[in-house]
Amino acid sequence: MNKVVSKQHFSENVVSLEIEAPRIAKARKAGHFVMVRTDEKGERIPLTISSADTAKGTITLVIQKVGVTSRKLTALEPGEFIHDMVGPLGQATHVENFGTVLACGGGVGVAPLLPIVEALKKAGNRVVSVIAARSKDLIILEDQIRAYSDEVVIMTDDGSYGQKGLVTEGMEQIIQREKIDQSVIIGPGIMMKFASMTTKKHNIPTIVSLNTIMVDGTGMCGACRVSVGGKTRFVCVDGPEFDAHEVDFDEMLMRLNGYKNEEKEADDAYNCQVDKK
Amino acid sequence: KERTDLTRVKMPEAPARERARSYVEVNSGLTPEQAINEASRCIDCANPTCISGCPVGINIPKFIKNIERGEFLDAARTLKETNALPAVCGRVCPQEKQCEASCFYQVKMNREPVAIGYLERFAADFEQSGGEISIPEVAAANGTKVAVVGSGPAGLAFAGDMAKFGYDVHILEALHEIGGVLKYGIPEFRLPNGVVDVEIESLRKMGVQFETNFIVGKTATIQELREEGFKGFFVGSGAGLPRFMNIPGENLVGILSSNEYLTRVNLMGASTQGMDTPVMRGKNVVVIGGGNTAMDSVRTALRLGADKATIIYRRSLEEMPARVEEVKHAQEEGVEFLTLNNPVEYIGDDKGRVKQIRVQKMELGEPDQSGRRSPVPVEGSEYIIDADTVVVSVGVSPNPLIPQSLPDLKVSRWGTLVVDEETFQTSIPDVFAGGDIVRGGATVILAMGDGRKAAASMHQYLQGQ
Ligand SMILES: Cc1cc2nc3c(=O)[nH]c(=O)nc-3n(C[C@H](O)[C@H](O)[C@H](O)COP(=O)(O)OP(=O)(O)OC[C@H]3O[C@@H](n4cnc5c(N)ncnc54)[C@H](O)[C@@H]3O)c2cc1C
Ligand SMILES: Cc1cc2nc3c(=O)[nH]c(=O)nc-3n(C[C@H](O)[C@H](O)[C@H](O)COP(=O)(O)OP(=O)(O)OC[C@H]3O[C@@H](n4cnc5c(N)ncnc54)[C@H](O)[C@@H]3O)c2cc1C
Ligand code: SF4
Ligand code: SF4
Ligand code: FES
Ligand SMILES: [Mg+2]
Repeated sequence: MNKVVSKQHFSENVVSLEIEAPRIAKARKAGHFVMVRTDEKGERIPLTISSADTAKGTITLVIQKVGVTSRKLTALEPGEFIHDMVGPLGQATHVENFGTVLACGGGVGVAPLLPIVEALKKAGNRVVSVIAARSKDLIILEDQIRAYSDEVVIMTDDGSYGQKGLVTEGMEQIIQREKIDQSVIIGPGIMMKFASMTTKKHNIPTIVSLNTIMVDGTGMCGACRVSVGGKTRFVCVDGPEFDAHEVDFDEMLMRLNGYKNEEKEADDAYNCQVDKK
Repeated sequence: KERTDLTRVKMPEAPARERARSYVEVNSGLTPEQAINEASRCIDCANPTCISGCPVGINIPKFIKNIERGEFLDAARTLKETNALPAVCGRVCPQEKQCEASCFYQVKMNREPVAIGYLERFAADFEQSGGEISIPEVAAANGTKVAVVGSGPAGLAFAGDMAKFGYDVHILEALHEIGGVLKYGIPEFRLPNGVVDVEIESLRKMGVQFETNFIVGKTATIQELREEGFKGFFVGSGAGLPRFMNIPGENLVGILSSNEYLTRVNLMGASTQGMDTPVMRGKNVVVIGGGNTAMDSVRTALRLGADKATIIYRRSLEEMPARVEEVKHAQEEGVEFLTLNNPVEYIGDDKGRVKQIRVQKMELGEPDQSGRRSPVPVEGSEYIIDADTVVVSVGVSPNPLIPQSLPDLKVSRWGTLVVDEETFQTSIPDVFAGGDIVRGGATVILAMGDGRKAAASMHQYLQGQ
């Protein structure tokens, strides 16, 4: 059992939870994730460790409400417990001084991007970040990203904040302007697909952090498999980061929808339950 | 004379039609009367060959004679002298290849062997149901901390013996449940979780400590655990990685490993109302493979509501590695067997979900290394069958987490840990290992045997320190 020690609302649908997990806080590196199970009936879902405080023995998760489990988690209040949490999982980000890095985060993808931006900045890179969302209230962690970026460009679909336009438009502006040595892209599958096409066009080495469906998170089930460079890889143990230009995004997007019907049913059932209360 | 005239008992079973749609245990267990009768078949051989067929050397005639005399609790005690999980082994051991294959009846008279497995289960269940579980005696605490990586049968057996020797034993388990494959793999209708929990509870009473959600090599390294005072390590991390066939279309939606399928149902409770984890409930489910895992998957498919559940296996029924009883139960429940067939490609619909399988016919050629006749594809024999869910159950590989985190550890080219055959010590002196991580996919009882031998030799090693 892991205790929630503090909670912060980033937007209506995005919540940050600081959770007691001393061993994980100590062992984790940028790029790692945990598997959590909310309660005895809960499913196991992966969440990136957004930051950690080794002195306090806590880690921070940033969670976007998309279905039953993420809603249960975002409803937790300080003092309450997460039933199970295991980690840190996955391969840590490869960090070195590349030169100039273009870091792109879409939606809640900014949360997993944050520790990577921090690590890249500390390794001596010039970091230019593009953060994008549908509208102003969905832009999260702006100040934290700014703290580790030399420049931040904000894009919103509706123009309610920063520039109006897609993440790829913001990326193009920077790529036209200066030489980029490396790019990191994290966000919804569809955003990563198009953003990767942009960097590919300009021959910029790029990593993406994939968000496939997981069950155990330790390599035991193969639910998370994805084709990278024509080979099947397990995102939980071989990833979650891969060479963006080798990933079969269409296959990944298709597999992400594999349980849509079941998820919809579960969500409807959960709504009924919440309504009754 | 009279003893040998008796015929072998038939295990009472839930009716095939009903059980195929529910999770009740298929074998319902012998009645005391049936058990006593069956026990009286055993002629208490002067040289009981059955014992040599049991990997942990249970004193089989002794426990059977306990049963014949009606001393059921003594029978359970006899079993526990050598086997920490008799209720489990009585259910899942491939007895027809082990103890029963070496029984006098089988060997000398070519008759059906004494039902050793059924009797073992009977004695263990009798003890469990009476609530009077005998807890083995534990030596005075010696204050030495040892860690067990993984809570499958290898780790549990090791922990039991080390607790008896007086060690402070900590089992560290990656998942949120204790039991390894016994919990996440083998289904409820064959091995109820409650049966495993009773055995785990016994270990707890003996002082064994359990920590779930702890991945050795990730949450903490062996070196960090050494610094926390652990003096010895037993790695029983299993062979939990699923293999795929790497054929076109294998990543389509609706194609999953048996590990994923069984984990969703057994560990995560996906078939139970009110549980959050989903599972695909196909109507036309095809399972690829012929081992226990394949049988468990195909029978699970029926219980999840499949109209049709089919096994595709590339050899013939005779070469199937699954327990004979499992194959028989599957047949009774209506599973179709497409033997001497092999999938070569999966075909999806416009949403990327599997809808068909291209299958190739096989014939048997020369025996291979395993001694079984090897399957050879028949050219030009390909045809297409329909399927909406496919479960791939073609074997498992050793868990790489521990070798990855311990670069000095000697590993074979199959990824299994290399150990001394007698002592189960690895190339790192304070690290011992056993079970599937050493053998590749094997059996529950072999894993337990390894755990016990490793405990004996680690005890010696630590005493010598
Ligand atoms: C390595 C990794 C790191 C992640 N980090 C974060 C994070 O930091 N913050 C965050 O908000 N989200 C993160 N996600 C995504 C998060 O796991 C899913 O949003 C969550 O599982 C949805 O569950 P649900 O029950 O709320 O929604 P559901 O309604 O069940 O599902 C909504 C969608 O989420 C995806 N999903 C469903 N079940 C799973 C599952 N078991 N594992 C993975 N994806 C699933 C599917 O695409 C599904 O269509 C991460 C995913 C991965 C793989
Ligand atoms: C579906 C299925 C059916 C089977 N049916 C039978 C049968 O009928 N009869 C039979 O005899 N055998 C059967 N087997 C085989 C048998 O279950 C295995 O041989 C046996 O469980 C191996 O035991 P083990 O202790 O070595 O490993 P496992 O049971 O695999 O347990 C290993 C444990 O270690 C944990 N772990 C792994 N890495 C780490 C780490 N780094 N840190 C912490 N924990 C870790 C895992 O989570 C797991 O719980 C079956 C197997 C399967 C999959
Ligand atoms: S443990 Fe297995 S092999 Fe040994 S006697 Fe029991 S059923 Fe037979
Ligand atoms: S070999 Fe068969 S008959 Fe002889 S002691 Fe063993 S179980 Fe009894
Ligand atoms: S989540 Fe099970 S193998 Fe990756
Ligand atoms: Mg869900």
